[in-house]
Amino acid sequence: MVSIRSIPSTPSSLTHLDLQWIIKHREDRCTLCGRCTSVCPKEAIFLTYRRQRMPKLDILKKKRSSEYRTFTGIRQRTEPANRCIGCGMCATVCPNEAIGPEPNPNDPRVRMLQNHQGEAWKRGGRRNFRETLLDRIIFNRISMLTDPALDAGRHEFQLNTLLGRVLSPEEYLRRKATGEWIPPVREVFPFIIGSMSFGALSPNMWLGLLQGVAYCNEVLGIPVVMATGEGGCPPWVLKSPYLKYIILQIASGYFGWDEIIRAIPDMQCDPAAIEIKYGQGAKPGDGGLLMWFKVSKLIARLRGVPEGVDLPSPPVHQTLYSIEESVMKMIQSLSMAWGFRVPVYPKISGSTSAKSVLNNLVRNPYASALLIDGVDGGTGAAYNVSMDAMGHPIASNLRECYLDLVAQGKQNEIPIFAAGGVGKNGNVTQNGLGLIMLGASGVHIGKYIMQSASGCLGSEQNRCNVCNIGICPKGITSQNPKLYRRLDPDQVAERVADTFMAISTEMKKILAPLGRSQSLPIGMSDAIGIDDADAAERLQIKYIC
Amino acid sequence: MCRLALKSATKPFSPYSVLTAMEAMQEGYDGSGLGLLLRGLDFDDFNYRNRPRNQYPILSGIAHTEGALKRLNLLMEDWGYKLKYDHEFAVNFSMIEAKDRSKYFVRVYKTPDHWAYFDQQNMEDELLKTRLDLRKNGEENGGDLTVFSFWPDVAMIKEVGWPLEIGKALGLNDNRLKARVVMAQGRQNTNYGINLYACHPFFIQGVATMTNGENTAFVPIKELLTGMHSPGYIGYQSDSEVFAHILHYVIRQLKLPLETYKHVITPLKTEELNMHPQGDFLKGLRNVCRRMIIDGPNCVIGSLPDETCFMVQDHKKLRPGTVGGKKGEWAMASEMCGVDAMIPDRDRSLDFQPMRENTIIIPPDRKEMKIWSQFDPYPLPQVA
Repeated sequence: MVSIRSIPSTPSSLTHLDLQWIIKHREDRCTLCGRCTSVCPKEAIFLTYRRQRMPKLDILKKKRSSEYRTFTGIRQRTEPANRCIGCGMCATVCPNEAIGPEPNPNDPRVRMLQNHQGEAWKRGGRRNFRETLLDRIIFNRISMLTDPALDAGRHEFQLNTLLGRVLSPEEYLRRKATGEWIPPVREVFPFIIGSMSFGALSPNMWLGLLQGVAYCNEVLGIPVVMATGEGGCPPWVLKSPYLKYIILQIASGYFGWDEIIRAIPDMQCDPAAIEIKYGQGAKPGDGGLLMWFKVSKLIARLRGVPEGVDLPSPPVHQTLYSIEESVMKMIQSLSMAWGFRVPVYPKISGSTSAKSVLNNLVRNPYASALLIDGVDGGTGAAYNVSMDAMGHPIASNLRECYLDLVAQGKQNEIPIFAAGGVGKNGNVTQNGLGLIMLGASGVHIGKYIMQSASGCLGSEQNRCNVCNIGICPKGITSQNPKLYRRLDPDQVAERVADTFMAISTEMKKILAPLGRSQSLPIGMSDAIGIDDADAAERLQIKYIC
Repeated sequence: MCRLALKSATKPFSPYSVLTAMEAMQEGYDGSGLGLLLRGLDFDDFNYRNRPRNQYPILSGIAHTEGALKRLNLLMEDWGYKLKYDHEFAVNFSMIEAKDRSKYFVRVYKTPDHWAYFDQQNMEDELLKTRLDLRKNGEENGGDLTVFSFWPDVAMIKEVGWPLEIGKALGLNDNRLKARVVMAQGRQNTNYGINLYACHPFFIQGVATMTNGENTAFVPIKELLTGMHSPGYIGYQSDSEVFAHILHYVIRQLKLPLETYKHVITPLKTEELNMHPQGDFLKGLRNVCRRMIIDGPNCVIGSLPDETCFMVQDHKKLRPGTVGGKKGEWAMASEMCGVDAMIPDRDRSLDFQPMRENTIIIPPDRKEMKIWSQFDPYPLPQVA
């Protein structure tokens, strides 16, 4: 049967009411400047002629009729490829507040159609789940009686943490006496800028972060470090004295490591650490993905690949025998590359099997730490289903790993770092210190630093989240100079410094009432509580109501 | 905040004199308990001082029922200990708040004969094991037996109530029991329940400490010590018990000098250690002992088997403890008035209040107080 064409309806046809974001445009304020349509990263809106009926009533002649007015207006495209992503750049550039996206309160049907040509929905960003247990963990062991609360503004606080394998005191003394190797340990700020690759981020964003980190270290005295993600590191950074603030990541695609290895003889200092990525919280069991849109000439050169091709890393590291062997060999080889002077640790995605990885590391004398990345972690590109439905929340995963170490008396020896959703609703210090009191030695923040330092527009309501296709309207995750020129690295650096100064102050405002100042309260589980009895039982902390 | 007093003198003295010093500081405690530790004992009716001490440990504790005492006797006999002396306190039970007290015991035992083949370490481990076994036995029997210490030349008494009242109730003012070192604590109950084992001083294998102030890093430290699975690292009814166990760990397990204790519980900052002659070693030590960093304000007073006494505190202590005295006689107290009460005829201008980096050590010869600073060179350069 041939379908009728009189009604323009196909299986894929949508109206603007079916989209997640609806453009609200006020014609009475619009000056038709066209800035909104030219800035829209999705070309979701266009200027078009529209016709309007003007009712005409001539009372004296007792006649009714219509006149028609033609005007230039804004129209929203309804094809899934051009759907509005809610970034709000139209509102940003509009001189008259005439336009802006609003979330659609109805069920946006577009979700069912994001698989055209058999392509499952891929996106960047976050999990699109606003709730987080971390926001419900609050600090309630307030010093009141014999141990008065401290003065956050005037007291001296030790806020730093250790990154690196710590020996048992007995073993330390033995090795010290015999002159044997002592594993390297770094004293760093416990909020670490998590892995975001040079490739995922634009050159300006990367430069801004690096400048900000250097400023925090050298001027503010806050020893912030940042991780590179998979994709190498620009040669000028590798050979600079700022490399000591960088954690170099090696992942299953080994992108950028030719450059890194070649640069070793010219390095002025050692990197802060080496992170071996085995997994990522946002897309567990999946390798890194840099989509072709972002593989520019510069990125291609850094990664040693042709321009304009997708760069999907394998899900696992290539190994001859077993994962255990691979972990052991990689940790050992990378330690050796820098003369055993640099901590080397693996990053895994949150998983019910995290404990077995941890126990494997406890027995590996070269493993420096473990980073567990929970389900709320972010990514530059992944399949939607991986982001939404795969992974393990960080809190319970971290807690059971920590308690496992406690049972073995090894909690000081292998520091556990936690990531995934720290600060997802803006409560970065609360979330971070909550995890630290559950047993983390520190936390990694990725999405938060993008939002805080560079104004990333992403949100848990699927706002923007197009980091994968290089059209980042703020120039944060784009490799297109037209876009990333919008981002001033100096301003990013300033915001990085602002962010870490504020985190540092907030840490003191939390630690002072708890009477803690001498050391980071790792595992101080008596200080926290949660208003959920089941969660309290699972985390072995107090239930409060 | 709890009140602490320690007196150390070449000539044995009555512990009651220290309790009177506690009275001088009475504003600070709520009568929830008294703890006493005596070293260098001198019994009126038993010649202890001329015996080989290693073979004559002293068991201190409370039998809450007659049955518990009988069980204790049988157990000790079974394990081969011979009772040599049982100090009879002239107890006035009507003055004791708690009603379930049958006998306060401070008893001298002779170690089993086969211990003649044991080395020092073995013996000390056996003494600890005996104490822990007795404590466990008491706990398994509804808490009818409480054991504080089992060690040569050490006696301990802990009781709930006002210190001076307890001293009178136990007849400590009768001069039948004297010691060269007396540690006493008047307890201000904080957030942990009133419990005999929660009274300071805490004791393990000859090492004893008492503390005032609250240790907010208690839970992580407790978890670390418990995870060592080392015999005796149990209890933790008080957040201050960890101070004794950390000291025990530092000087007995790690075999490091007493000065190390301060470097472990309140290490110097990185920038300070960068300037220290043994900074590299001490930074490493701080890292490996990081979980033992305390978070006070705490003043720790302690004593060691050789009768060395010391005081340390962290720099958050707004009102520091005081050490004062004269050759042959020294006192430490959490308040200056406590030192005054114990040794009134000293030169007060020589009193010392250790601040953030100091450890005060009174060596066994009691000639002078040693003021040691964390910024001084570490005393064991061959280790560092």
